[in-house]
Amino acid sequence: MTAASERPLITIEPTTKWWHLDIQELWANRELLKVLCERDIKVRYKQTVLGFAWALLQPLMMMIVFSVFFGHFAKIPSDGLPYPIFVYAGLLPWTFFSTAVTNSSQSLVNSSHVISKVYFPRLIVPFAVVGASLVDFFIASCFLFVMMFYYGITLSGQLLLTPLFIACITVSALGVGTFLSSLTVTYRDFRFVVPFLVQCWMFATPIAFPISIVPEQWRWLVSLNPMTGLIGGFRSCFLGQPFDWPSVLIAFAASIGFFVVGVFYFKSVERRFADIV
Amino acid sequence: MGDWAIQCDNLKKRYTLGERDIGSRNFREAITGAFAAPFRRFRQLSGDNHARNDFWALKGVDFEVKEGEVFGLVGRNGAGKSTLLKILARITAPTEGRVRMRGRAASLLEVGTGFHPELSGRENIYLNGSILGMTRAEISRKFDEIVDFAGVEKFLDTPVKRYSSGMYVRLAFAVAAHLEPEILLVDEVLAVGDQEFQKKCIARMKSLAGGSATIVFVSHSMSAIQALCNRCLLLEQGRSVEIGPTIDIISKYAAQVTSQQSFERDVVVGDKPSVQRADISTLPPRDGDEKENWRIRVTLNVVSPKKMNVAIGLKIKDALGSPVGFASCGHLGPDEMIALAPENSRITLEMPIQSLAVGDYTVSIRMSIPSVVVLEELEDCLAVTIERGAREGAIRALPQSWGYGCIELPLKYLERGSCDRILAGGHFALIEEDSSQRRTA
Repeated sequence: MTAASERPLITIEPTTKWWHLDIQELWANRELLKVLCERDIKVRYKQTVLGFAWALLQPLMMMIVFSVFFGHFAKIPSDGLPYPIFVYAGLLPWTFFSTAVTNSSQSLVNSSHVISKVYFPRLIVPFAVVGASLVDFFIASCFLFVMMFYYGITLSGQLLLTPLFIACITVSALGVGTFLSSLTVTYRDFRFVVPFLVQCWMFATPIAFPISIVPEQWRWLVSLNPMTGLIGGFRSCFLGQPFDWPSVLIAFAASIGFFVVGVFYFKSVERRFADIV
Repeated sequence: MGDWAIQCDNLKKRYTLGERDIGSRNFREAITGAFAAPFRRFRQLSGDNHARNDFWALKGVDFEVKEGEVFGLVGRNGAGKSTLLKILARITAPTEGRVRMRGRAASLLEVGTGFHPELSGRENIYLNGSILGMTRAEISRKFDEIVDFAGVEKFLDTPVKRYSSGMYVRLAFAVAAHLEPEILLVDEVLAVGDQEFQKKCIARMKSLAGGSATIVFVSHSMSAIQALCNRCLLLEQGRSVEIGPTIDIISKYAAQVTSQQSFERDVVVGDKPSVQRADISTLPPRDGDEKENWRIRVTLNVVSPKKMNVAIGLKIKDALGSPVGFASCGHLGPDEMIALAPENSRITLEMPIQSLAVGDYTVSIRMSIPSVVVLEELEDCLAVTIERGAREGAIRALPQSWGYGCIELPLKYLERGSCDRILAGGHFALIEEDSSQRRTA
């Protein structure tokens, strides 16, 4: 038994200030984050025949559908690249972002039974879901290399910037996910709003089409969407196109903004969760 | 000992009640509410009684728990025990006041929190252990011990959804039992599981307490409180009535419980039905009825969010707190379930008491959807003194205080006979009347 003075002193008070983000406590619970992440991954593909192949199949099937309808029938240009690889390089990060956001927005409500029985930093719940989606994303990424080899696209030095874009997409997903998850606890309306929101966001982002088909005078508006810079940047890393720096910089700033707003909103309402979930 | 481990200052907790609680409020209402807010604020400031929808679960509780102490929280349903424990466990925040705790705290409000049915026993041990605050290394170190304790070696790689409910609870408890916190907060976990399981729980808590951990323990079982606690806090309607040695508090609590013929509380209409009011009374036989038709009648007001069928059961305990019997509509026969109307239902239940010994009893109410979910469990929420006439042919009814137990069973003899004493052995023999009476040597 440690002496009294060595023990941690916990003070429980009516309100914690919204800027009071206990990073030490989060760090102390990193193992729980990992365990919850593992749980999500394991449970998702339990009792499926194809198992982890689904992580790959989802963007793959989307890619086929998009290639047939948009690439083949609608003849949407793809900046001189083969349409399938063009769209796959966009769908891949987008699928990660959208599943991470959709699932994490539901995460608190789905784990209400745990939240109302045990204390741990609640941020871990949506974070773990984003982590699990990240693993799916890495699995699906392998296929991108296969496609690059097939279409004979050489790896460029830009590939080294990929981790930066993945990090930014993750940070955005964490921010948007935590924000929506805390809103969903109070307003269950968001259960219906989020899928719709994600759908709209997808069409507002140049995934299935290049930004070059957007009329010149509206391009700045599309660039304001942070996902434009992130998805475009990710695609450029692999396919060797030039970066659109203004939109990339907007995206970097926005992803940090999302994160800060999401996490601090979450912290400010966190303590009410157990009462209303 | 001597140093404090937990200090509570003027702890208050408010819940807001209403037609719908804040959780199920939808977005439109929030927006209209936001526009109406200035007006509401105006009304508040002008002294309008805005507090009528507020419900104070705790109205200012102070206490201090010493290091190494086992501290019991005692009180009737709705007294605020669970709310207090939830605040200590940091699950919910207090509205006012402050708590200070020294030490690594773990809470055990139920066993098996976070168990996932699809995952194997092994995976669930790690999952549940981590949620309860153990590190991975700690779990790995204790893994064999946990498995041994639960007795599930053979099924470690089977998903827990295939476990029997006994195995499930054993595994869940085994993980919880291997927590080694400095402060442990325990709710009515002892209420689940069989006798043996409960013994294990108590034994484990005793050994923890022996190892100088501080324990805060909530229970309705006075025998468990007595077995474990050094000191107790008696709560009543959100206020602390008394803090003192366990024996004193238990007798205070017992006096409280045996005076309660009706039970009422504010309920939050959530997504499940709850009992808002309950009354109990003993009724004599109706005119023209058989003389032996004494009954107790329980009337319940149940508030339900929607139409649904539930089973309602009554658990009867004697004056010493031992269960005597259980009566239910629907727990044993699904056809007997009670249909609840949306919003308010008034339910009247009657039970013959001809076989119950005269004396004091407490009644617990249990409402559930059998083998799906327990909706409500109100321990000892009603008390009744059973008085009844003697059965036919008797001059008085059996009193509980005689210590023969609580049930007066009807005993019939099949043929007329007489008893006779045999020698000095003290044996009796039944001798048929029509056979010649003879003494056996």
